[in-house]
Amino acid sequence: MAPGLLVVALFLIGGIYSIAATPDNATASNARSALIEEGKNIFMRGCSSCHGLNAEGSGIAPSLIGVGAASVDFQVATGRMPMADMSQQAMRKKPVYSPEEIAALAAYVASLAPGPAIPTAEQLNYERDGNVAEGGELFRTNCAMCHNAAAQGGALTAGKYAPTLMGVEPVHIYEAMITGPQAMPVFGDQAITPEEKLSIIKWIKSVESEGSYGGASLGKVGPVTEGLLGWVLGLGSLIGIAVWLATKAR
Amino acid sequence: MSTELEPLADPGLPHHVHRKADTDPAAEKRAERQVSILFLLSAAGTLLFIYSFIWIPTDVFVFLPLLGNTNAHQLGIGTGLGLALFFIGAGAVHWAKTLMPDEEVIAQRHEMRSSDEDRASFVETVKEEAGKVQLGRRSLIKRSLGLALGLVGLSPLIMLRDLGPLPEQSLLKTTWDKGIRVVTDPGNRPLRPEDLEVGAIAHVLPEIKDPEHRKLSDIAKDAAILIRVRPSELKLSEERMAWTHEGIIAFSKICSHMGCPVALYEQTTKHLLCPCHQSTFDVPTGAKVIFGPAARPLPQLAITVDDEGYLIAAAPFDEPVGPSFWERNI
Repeated sequence: MAPGLLVVALFLIGGIYSIAATPDNATASNARSALIEEGKNIFMRGCSSCHGLNAEGSGIAPSLIGVGAASVDFQVATGRMPMADMSQQAMRKKPVYSPEEIAALAAYVASLAPGPAIPTAEQLNYERDGNVAEGGELFRTNCAMCHNAAAQGGALTAGKYAPTLMGVEPVHIYEAMITGPQAMPVFGDQAITPEEKLSIIKWIKSVESEGSYGGASLGKVGPVTEGLLGWVLGLGSLIGIAVWLATKAR
Repeated sequence: MSTELEPLADPGLPHHVHRKADTDPAAEKRAERQVSILFLLSAAGTLLFIYSFIWIPTDVFVFLPLLGNTNAHQLGIGTGLGLALFFIGAGAVHWAKTLMPDEEVIAQRHEMRSSDEDRASFVETVKEEAGKVQLGRRSLIKRSLGLALGLVGLSPLIMLRDLGPLPEQSLLKTTWDKGIRVVTDPGNRPLRPEDLEVGAIAHVLPEIKDPEHRKLSDIAKDAAILIRVRPSELKLSEERMAWTHEGIIAFSKICSHMGCPVALYEQTTKHLLCPCHQSTFDVPTGAKVIFGPAARPLPQLAITVDDEGYLIAAAPFDEPVGPSFWERNI
């Protein structure tokens, strides 16, 4: 009886100890593996038909090895991926996956090879670390040619376009700069430092929240809408007035 | 009955129709009221203008459909003055059309040419007076007057020189020279090759001692771009290949067409576009023009690295940057 009890007691103590003493990093690593595993499952179902079973890419889609979590978060969380159709450019739309699924996908792709990570909230404190004036200068030198001087977006070649930056999450603006999605080039951390990136984001956010000081902004896209309005509405009303002037009063 | 066609008879002037206000006193009163309402609307517009200018703060915004968030101060000023001016005109027009004297005046058109007698007498007078002045005989006066008038006519051309300093060598040369470090614009930080990954672009300027006081006129010709592609993607002559460094290629950012900053870079097609006139340059072939009005490729800057591993210019530009000018040797 006593040896039996002893065995049971030892077994219990040992079991409890082994559970209680499991190191935290082991749990974290297990959770990480589980996340990567979940991400791989989502990838297999939703992405592998184009990007290949091992994310190695194919004739119609690029390899995702080494693109990093930031690239996945940008493409999937802005709804660009999965692509709705194989046209010139993937456009921003409602995301297909939930934030948890996107995190899993990002973890899976990041596990394939090192690449840019998703910036943390602490790294993205643009209100604290950014400078609007500096951001404007950087934007005009680096971004305005494609995205328009007021960040409203603009046309590129063959049906491609630089999208508007209005209403884009700061984290996605940051990720676009470090990963260079689609036709956009990469702006590395030496070409534009992380603080300078935050200044650019702060400037974009200030443009977004700023009202139109000169009256109607006409979309802030420059001479096209201004000319259209001038010619159609301005000249149209002048013609109307000319007709009124020439008719004889009764 | 005659079979000859009769020419259409002159229909004469249309019968004068009187306006309602000319005959009906009620209509006259109504027209008067309408005119004064238009003028009163103008006055109201001016009051809105004055009110907006003085009492609406400059940082108040109102939301309007179609227009979005609009500055109330500017909107009030513009709308007020616009209405004020428009309704003065509208009132005046309506007044003239309905109430001003309704007389029709007929002015016949005449030939513009003077009669033959008048023309002959004019020629006669000119000849006679010219004979009296004896210009034909006094050739010294005639010639010296010609010289004086000709020279005084040149003086406005001479004053064109005051438009600014002569460009001297400034159009031919940039700040770039052998050994000058490549620094970011803005920021003025030197760059190493490893700072640029494949697909990256950097907007750069030459390093100078006092970057805080960099002259705008220097930036306008020194601005350059660094682009990194895979070295295997470059299709350059051996000489030009030596001007690149591990797939990093540098070009002048000033368009060879009109001098705009060529900086729309499409990573996927490796095309550089000018935002002004859509000139398109193919980066792997040394910025060859593949579309648009530019006549020449963008000048390529020879780059290498210095002892500390920073990117430097290996030589100045071998041709003038930017658009064409008279003295440029293609």
